[in-house]
Amino acid sequence: MTHLMEALQWVLSAESWAGPGGLGVRTAEHLWYTLLALVLSTAIALPAGLVIGHTGRGRALAVLSTGAARALPTLGIITLAGLAVGIGLKAPMIAFVVLAVPSIIAGAYSGVEAVDRRVVDAARAQGLSPWQVLVTVEVPLGLRLILGGVRLATLQVIATATLAAYVGAGGLGRPLFLGLRNHDYAMMLGASLVVIAVAILVDALFIAALRILRRIPGIH
Amino acid sequence: MDWALANLPRILSLTVDHLLLSLPAVAAAFLLALPLGRVADRLGRLREPLLGSAGLLYAIPSLPLFIVLPILIGTGVRDALNVIVALTLFGLALMVRSAADAFGAVSQDVRLAAVAVGQSRWGAFLTVELPLAGPALLAGLRVVSVSTISLVSVSAVLGVASLGSLFTDGFQRGIVPSIAAGIIMTVLLAVVVDLLLVGLGRLAMPWQRTQARRAGS
Repeated sequence: MTHLMEALQWVLSAESWAGPGGLGVRTAEHLWYTLLALVLSTAIALPAGLVIGHTGRGRALAVLSTGAARALPTLGIITLAGLAVGIGLKAPMIAFVVLAVPSIIAGAYSGVEAVDRRVVDAARAQGLSPWQVLVTVEVPLGLRLILGGVRLATLQVIATATLAAYVGAGGLGRPLFLGLRNHDYAMMLGASLVVIAVAILVDALFIAALRILRRIPGIH
Repeated sequence: MDWALANLPRILSLTVDHLLLSLPAVAAAFLLALPLGRVADRLGRLREPLLGSAGLLYAIPSLPLFIVLPILIGTGVRDALNVIVALTLFGLALMVRSAADAFGAVSQDVRLAAVAVGQSRWGAFLTVELPLAGPALLAGLRVVSVSTISLVSVSAVLGVASLGSLFTDGFQRGIVPSIAAGIIMTVLLAVVVDLLLVGLGRLAMPWQRTQARRAGS
């Protein structure tokens, strides 16, 4: 318990938060990495997932690759990228995108697929174009599952961003690994607690956003 | 390939280490999730909040949990037990939900019929509910096993030996084949364990095959 008290003391001291290597900057870096990775992977994965769900084409491949992606060890991907492109943000960013894309694709196609086929047929019978069917019927009705995929990807990226420091980038992994190397248990533990708090806070925000969306009529 | 052949004994011994960390965690998560999921399913209004908080556990990143857990359970950061307990918690976060859904899908009529023919509560659970929930439980177990096997490697940055050690060594010494071998072996291990689970499922639930055949013909 003394370790915990020391760690909390470290987290709560103003010194730990200040300066270019302080927790304030590290938390901002961590969130920035997460946001950037999510924007990049959503830009790739969301259209792909929606097209797969809408047309049913490439579904077998998507199921297989999302299953296989779950088996990919994050540390392996990030160190491999680190050796391939060198130290900095590029390597972890490649790893984040590789890990986030499958979750977003899976959420997007299962969201579109979960929409009642009769509703889709009815929309088509009204004369809606395939594009209108996708945008005005399938996406709103499948939105909860689609965003569920993005939520899962966010959790994965926040967790993996902790490992970014291992290959020379910033983020909250920096004080964690620094504490680990210098046997500074308070710093290592304190940084871990901050990562956990950030992860749970972001997830809680997602849950709250999903709950608000559910109240809007026409969205499921 | 040359690198992998030259280092084969080390790769194999790390694979064994990897299994010794992941399999106990998968088994513990499964066995603990059965009663927890069954109880959670019957809690009515409390069901969703309880399952939601179990799910929130999954939001905790693995590396910080490996470091925070020792203050709660008194292990060392580098102890195998520490890693196993952390992985069990992640497994539970996924499995309790699957188990609750699996038991929730067993029809109430079937359950009542079992009681009506004189089954005890335990008898009905073991001989009626459990087999009927079996396929869904197996599906959940497969997800837990794959994700646990891939999660283990993170503990290598703390100095716990597993296939993840191939990543840390490979990165520090600049050996790409070491990292590649680690990734391939982890995925291979996940696939082999998954196939074994499917095989065990067939042995434990032989009626599924006859059903499939009947549905096919």
